[in-house]
This record gives sequence, C-alpha cells and structure tokens, in this order.
Amino acid sequence: MHLTVNGDVQDVDAPDHWTLLEVLRYRLGLTGSKQGCDKGDCGACTVLVNGNPMISCLVLAREAEGRAITTIEGLMPAHLGAGGVGADPVQDAFDRCGALQCGFCQSGTILSARALLWETPNPSETEIRNALAGNLCRCTGYTQILQAVLLAAARSRGVDPAPRSWETPPPPKETP
Amino acid sequence: MASRDLHGIDPPWGEFRHVGRASRKVDGLAKATGAAVYTDDISLPGMLHAKLLRSPHAHARILAIDTTRARALPGVRGIITGEDLPVKYGILPWTQDETALAVSKVRHVGEPVAAVAAVDEDTANEALKLIQVDYEPLHTYTDPFESLSRNDPPIHEHHKTGNISKHVHLSFGEVDAALSRADVVVEDDYFFHGTTHAAIEPHCALARYGAEGVLTLWSSTQISHYVHRALAHVLGLPAHRIRVIQPCLGGAFGGKSDPFSLEFVTAKLSMLSGRPVKLLYTREEVFYTHRGRHPMHMRYKTGATRDGRLTGVDAKIVIDGGAYSSFGLVTTYYAGQLLTGPYDFPTYRFDSTRVFTNKPACGPKRGHGSVQPRFAFEVQLDEIAEKLNMDPIEIRRRNLIAASTTTVNGQRITSNGVAQCLDFVEKASGWTSRRGRLGPGRGLGVAASMYISGTNYPIYPNPMPQAAVQLKVDRSGLVTVFSGANDIGQGSNSVAQYLVAEELGLALDQVRVVSADTDLCPVDLGAYSSRETFMVGNALIDACRKIRPQLVQAVADKWKVDGTRIRFVNGVVGDLEDASHSMSATEAICLAEERFDALGATGAYNTPTLGGDYRGGTIGASPAYSFTAHVAEVSVDIETGRITCPNVWIAHDCGRALNPMLVAGQMEGSAYMGVAEALMEHHDVYPSGLHKGPSLLDYRIPTSVDTPALHALIVESLDPEGPYGAKEAGEGPLHPSIPAISNAVFDAVGIRLRQLPFTPGRVLTALRARAKEVSAETARAGGPR
Repeated sequence: MHLTVNGDVQDVDAPDHWTLLEVLRYRLGLTGSKQGCDKGDCGACTVLVNGNPMISCLVLAREAEGRAITTIEGLMPAHLGAGGVGADPVQDAFDRCGALQCGFCQSGTILSARALLWETPNPSETEIRNALAGNLCRCTGYTQILQAVLLAAARSRGVDPAPRSWETPPPPKETP
Repeated sequence: MASRDLHGIDPPWGEFRHVGRASRKVDGLAKATGAAVYTDDISLPGMLHAKLLRSPHAHARILAIDTTRARALPGVRGIITGEDLPVKYGILPWTQDETALAVSKVRHVGEPVAAVAAVDEDTANEALKLIQVDYEPLHTYTDPFESLSRNDPPIHEHHKTGNISKHVHLSFGEVDAALSRADVVVEDDYFFHGTTHAAIEPHCALARYGAEGVLTLWSSTQISHYVHRALAHVLGLPAHRIRVIQPCLGGAFGGKSDPFSLEFVTAKLSMLSGRPVKLLYTREEVFYTHRGRHPMHMRYKTGATRDGRLTGVDAKIVIDGGAYSSFGLVTTYYAGQLLTGPYDFPTYRFDSTRVFTNKPACGPKRGHGSVQPRFAFEVQLDEIAEKLNMDPIEIRRRNLIAASTTTVNGQRITSNGVAQCLDFVEKASGWTSRRGRLGPGRGLGVAASMYISGTNYPIYPNPMPQAAVQLKVDRSGLVTVFSGANDIGQGSNSVAQYLVAEELGLALDQVRVVSADTDLCPVDLGAYSSRETFMVGNALIDACRKIRPQLVQAVADKWKVDGTRIRFVNGVVGDLEDASHSMSATEAICLAEERFDALGATGAYNTPTLGGDYRGGTIGASPAYSFTAHVAEVSVDIETGRITCPNVWIAHDCGRALNPMLVAGQMEGSAYMGVAEALMEHHDVYPSGLHKGPSLLDYRIPTSVDTPALHALIVESLDPEGPYGAKEAGEGPLHPSIPAISNAVFDAVGIRLRQLPFTPGRVLTALRARAKEVSAETARAGGPR
C-alpha cells in the first residue's frame, strides 16, 4: 500500500489487518505515536489525518491510503520548512510549561492541541478541555497541559499568557 | 563517612542560578517531538515476539501442560512453562513467593502459565491457542475476611501463617486509658477500595542474550537495580553478566516497582533461542498485573479533649493483599507507621493484617500504604470537630506536630511546614468567607497529611550506599552525570542537571545525564518511596564537592590569587576582587585537567540511623518528611447523587522547591490521582476472580473534562538534610484529596462518606438515611409534620 506520511509517499508492505498505528510504529519506524491500549480508549496514538485528530489504532492502515497523515515527527520539520526555528510552537510550549512528565501520552495530546489551534487560534479553557478529552494523561492532572496550550495560543497572537500557578508573584513594591 | 555529611542549604556561589527556577526538563523537547525512545520503540535485528498464556481460573492446581502442538507450529522459536523458571522471587527477600510462570498451581485469573516466542505476534498468539493446560479448580477466596478465618485450601502451601500474609501489632503509650479519659470519642468503620496505577505505557521488556554470555534487558521498570538482582537470582547468572537498561518510561506510579514475569520470560526465551525477544503487555494484561492500592477495611477509634486535643488513636486494619506478597510486608507496617504526623498523637495503637486472596496482587501505589489510613483518620478528625462544634481547620491546628521533634512511634521529624500549608489553603480557598455560604449542595472540606522523603530501610538490608553517582568532566566543558536513578517522568534526570550546574557554577547545557543503565551507572535503589530528589541530590552534591576544589585551585593558581575569591557562575569564572580576571568554565576545566589529570568523582548518600527502637521501628523512618494540606470544593446533585469537584487547593511543603514548575506538576498530578480514586476509579473482581473492567474505558480514569481546577501552593520549609533543603513532592500531595472530598460532602449535604469510592449510589443511600434521621429528629423535637 502507499501511505502519505509527513509529506513523504511511502510504499509499505504489511498484513491486511494491521492498523495504521502498527504500520507507523513497526514498519515506518515512526515510534513517536504510542500504543497505550490498542482499542481507542486512551488517545496516545492520535495522529492527524487531513489535519484532523484520528485514533490510529482504530484505523486499518489501508483505510488511510490517499490521505495526508501527520505524526508527531512531522511537526518540527513542517515548522522548520515554513521558516520557523526549533520545534513546533505547540511542542515548545508543552516543554516550557512542564506538561511533559512521562511524555508517553503527549505526542497524541500535542497533535490534538495542534489541530485545535489551527481551527481555533484563541480557545477558551473549556474549549481546550473539550478538544483534549480523548487524550488521557496520567501524570499531570492536565493543568500544565492547559497552560501549555494557552501559552502557545497567546504566543501566536504575540501576547503574554496569564501567570501560571507555580509562578511566584513579584514581591510588593516598597512604598516610600 | 562522607556520604552522610550534611551539605547545608545555602547556595554554593552566593546566590542560586538554577535552583528555584522554572527551567525546562532535560528530556522535554525529545518527548515533545516524538524522539524519546521508550522500551517498545526499540527493535533489534532478528527480534522475536513473546506472548504469555494466562490462567482463566482464580485458584487451581495445574495437572498437566501439553505444548506439543504449539511447538509444531511454524515460526515458533521457543516455549517455556513454570518448570523452566522455577526459582522463586519477590521484591522483599523475606517473602519470595512468586515465579515467572506458574509452578503447579495458579492463584489468580490472569496469572502467566506458559510463554511462547515466535517470529511475529500473530504466530505467538496462534501458538498460545494450541497449548493445552489441565486445571483442577480449587476454592476461590475473594473476601479478605474469609482468608482471615480459613486456611483450607491454603493459597500458599507451606506459608507459616496460612492465608495471612503479614500481621503487625504495635502500641505506643496507654491508649485505652487515654481513650477512656477523653471528653469525646468517635469510633467508625471505613473502607478504601482497590485502585490501580494505569500508567499509559503498558509494561514492556526486550532481552538479548549475546554469544559472549551477557544478557541485556531493556525494561519499563522503575527500579533497575532490583530487576538486575532478581534476574541474577532467577536465571542463575552472575550479576556482572547482566545489564539492565531502563529506556524512557511512560509512567509508573509504583506499578513498575516489582520484578515482573515478562522480564524473566524474555530473558529466558532469548537464552534458549539465541535471538532478541520482546514482550509488550496488552492493556488487559496490565490490569491483571496490577500491584495497585490495597483495599483496606479499617476501624478507627479516636479520643479528644473538650478543647480538641487528641488523646489517643486506636486502629484495626484488614488489608486485602491479593495472591502474592509483593511489598505487602512494608504495606502492613506503613498502614500504621505513617499516620503519626502531622498531628501529635499522645498515644497510638494499630493492628494491621494483610491476607492473601485469589486476586491480582496488590503492591505499592503513589502514597504506598498510607493513603487509605489517611482517608479514614482525616474523616474521623472531621467528625470530632463536628461533635465539638469546632472549625475543621482549627482542630487540625490545635494538634499539629512541631518541627525538630519525634513522633509517638519514634520517627524523627526535621523540617515541618504543615502550619503554613493550612494557612495557604485556608486563604486561597476563601475558607472563612465561603464555607457554609456556597449555596445548596455545595461545600468545602479540608485534610492534611505527612509523607516520607525516602526510607532508611533498603529493600534488602546492606551497608552500601543507597544512592550513588559518578561525574565525568572533560576539556569539552561538558559534565556527564552517570546516575543509577530511574527517571520515570518525575524529572530526576532534570534535577540532577540543575544540581550539578548549580554546584559547579556551569550553564545548564554543560551538564548531561546518563541514567538507569547498570553497566554505566553506579547503583541506585530506584524510584520508590519518594527518595530520588533527596538521596540522589545529596549524592550529586557530594560528588561535585570533590571536583569543585580542583577547578577552583587550577584557576586560583593561574591568576595567582586566593581560591576564596573565585566564583563560577553559569559557565563563567570571575574574581571577586579583580574584574579584569575572567575566563569560561570550559577554560577552567582545561586548566584543572592539565593540573590534576583526568577529572571525575563519585558521590554517595546513606541515611543516618533512624527509627524507633523496636521491631519494625525503622519501617516508615525517613530522613525527612513532607507535609500537605488540601481544601476541596464539591457540588452534590441530590437528585442523581453525583459529586463534582470543581476546585482543589493543594499546599505542599517540599522543602526547597528545586524547580517550582516540576514541583507544581507533581502536586497537580497527585491531587488529580486522589480525586480520581475518590470519585471514579475502582479496581475489583467478580466472585469468579475475573476483573470487572480491564480496560481504560471501564476503569474510568479522568479526562481533561473530569479533572478539577488544581491550585498548587508551594510551601518551602528548608530541610537541614535535604539537597539545598529539598524534600519530596511526588507522593505526599495525593493523600489529603480523598478525605478532603468526603469532608466537603459533609459540609455540602450533611452526610459522612466512609466507604470509597463515592459513587452516586452510595451518596443517594446516605442522603436517604440522612433524610430519615432529620425527620425523626424533627418529630422528636415536636416540629412541624
């Protein structure tokens, strides 16, 4: 079969019953997409298909033929290709905010967040929570993930995000 | 002994450059870009795939196993059963009762019975179907109270105390007299249900046995050192011919602390086949592997004086251990030993008994052994406050244990910021102005807790260092840290970078960390008991303080000045008294390498002698304790019985916050997990022993939509023995969330929830009982009918 992954057209030979996730991980070596449950419950395997988040363990690889697949490995090259510096701003914001503890679920979460910000560049906290509801995270309690998405959104608009919970407020100014 | 030196809490070069800042993690961008390599991301040439055949019975004798048809299947390269790996192991040397594959009997549904290695997963799965196992089912124990009273049939033959795994009875002071003198006594039963870790990465292991006779195991473990020891023990290989590597780890929370079947099975199959072998558990297998939080049936009796001072606490606890010992001996002690703070108990007694049942074995989960008693006691303390008509925060304040003191059971307390924790959550939650005024069905509840920062009790008693690191410094200007510690996402490798850069005055990017590879790194005991920041941090400072004088002397000699004038700051070296003197830290390292030859140092840490002078007195003894207080806000729907928790305020005393962003992440993650245990999660089996929902859909862990707003408030009581004063942050902040929710529900609708989880059914039952009580009271008072 022929798959279009991160802009490359790849010729893949795999059993018919293999999922897109299996082909990405075990044929194409794109191991950034993770398998947490293999039945669509956790969202760790989320990839973008034609720009929309999709759970790759519930899609047969064959069904993805002819569609543009973006994995976590594709974001930074695309950002650099568009003249950016370093990682994709969403990836960078996740790192900047401490949202990556074990990191296992985050490639899926980052891709869901990426798709949200393409669609809704200035999302509310509720919109972010709703958009990420299919990506289970067991480490963070989601707080720093929300902060990361808000940071990425704010940066793209060139504004400062609200201070984060662990940021110590500046000491009060001395009065004369 | 150098490793027990106190390093002090002050910045090494006048002011902190890295400590206390929200620096990025060493592996953050690698994880964000998908470049980080986890165990299942590794493939080796010629690699086979292994699968386990698991028991469908909860308790049965194995009469025969026939693998003939499976062996004949093309593509099958190896099959093993219990007879091939008969040596018993277990995390604690005194209770080794597990085998990698069942020998002669199975003790829970899902226990591994046979393993197949084949050229691909499909072939391995096909082969499993061809293995014929004849079982003779035995009586299944699922009720812990039945295991208490009955030994026939025994779950473990030859176990000296029958189906009782461990019993501990400890008493401190005259509890009965103290309770009889109390003005108010509350006695009640509490139940904490089973919950599991549900790390998103399933367990995975990859073994390669080479022709040179060296076994390499990549495993998703949080304790490489104990896996290393267990492999040597079970396989009969000398430890120096085994290398254990922990790649990037996708969450653990205690669930990857035991040595597991897959580690031995892949190793053995690789030795037999001569090919690398990988085994990745399915999500269902992870649930049957479990080692999660022990269900506890707890009876507490607490007395207090009229002004709210505790007089005594009496506890009786029955612990449902599941099929194997795991860490259970420690759990049985922790269930009692860790309750004696943050309140001063004048007298205390506990009796805890862990029993075997035919369920997946329980083990350590975040807040090992102490989350359950904390729930019971904090709810009971609220009941006492209610009886005394006292504010729940006030009763806690009146009983706080001091800093620099000893608890009733002999645990040494050093730093203690619990009073400030209570102040912070009181203020941030608007306790005084909002409590009682939130409107119908809404309420606030408080709870506090204490937890260990490492334990002075190594899993196997030995006088060698509990933490050790090695530094390599060379002319490139890079310091490489070799640390045996397991970074499981909590950030221990990042903390190592911050501490070394701080201590040697380098820029962060001048320090890289190699960790958890037994060939490269000195022995560290691993990621458990919240020990890594405290112990590894001290070992790092110890190592740096051997290198630092060499760097300083080389520069001082070059500039012909006294070494006390030299400052290393963020990669630049200066002279306090002569601004014209300046060089890069890399130049200084070159000078030192020229002067002292190759540069390097080891550092180590061991706890001081701690604990009470009685059998078990060292279990729960820690070089420092963290303290926490939470206020939870709830809303109870009295029609449906559903509780929602919109806000949790978390104040945690972590000593010095080495990186407040990572500390906040640990606090938020802990509180999230506590709220989840209170309201959503339940790990349980049917009477047959079959799991009630071994998937991430049925075992309901919160999504981003279910999780409350979590407000992290960091309290820093600098600890005299922690690295720059730091203590733990990863487990303590889980404890109070659960009782704080129960107490908030009482505040909201007047019902006491003493049984977990707080399901809508339980809430509705309690609300109905409460309504009956109220109408009876009204009738007695001659009120309106």
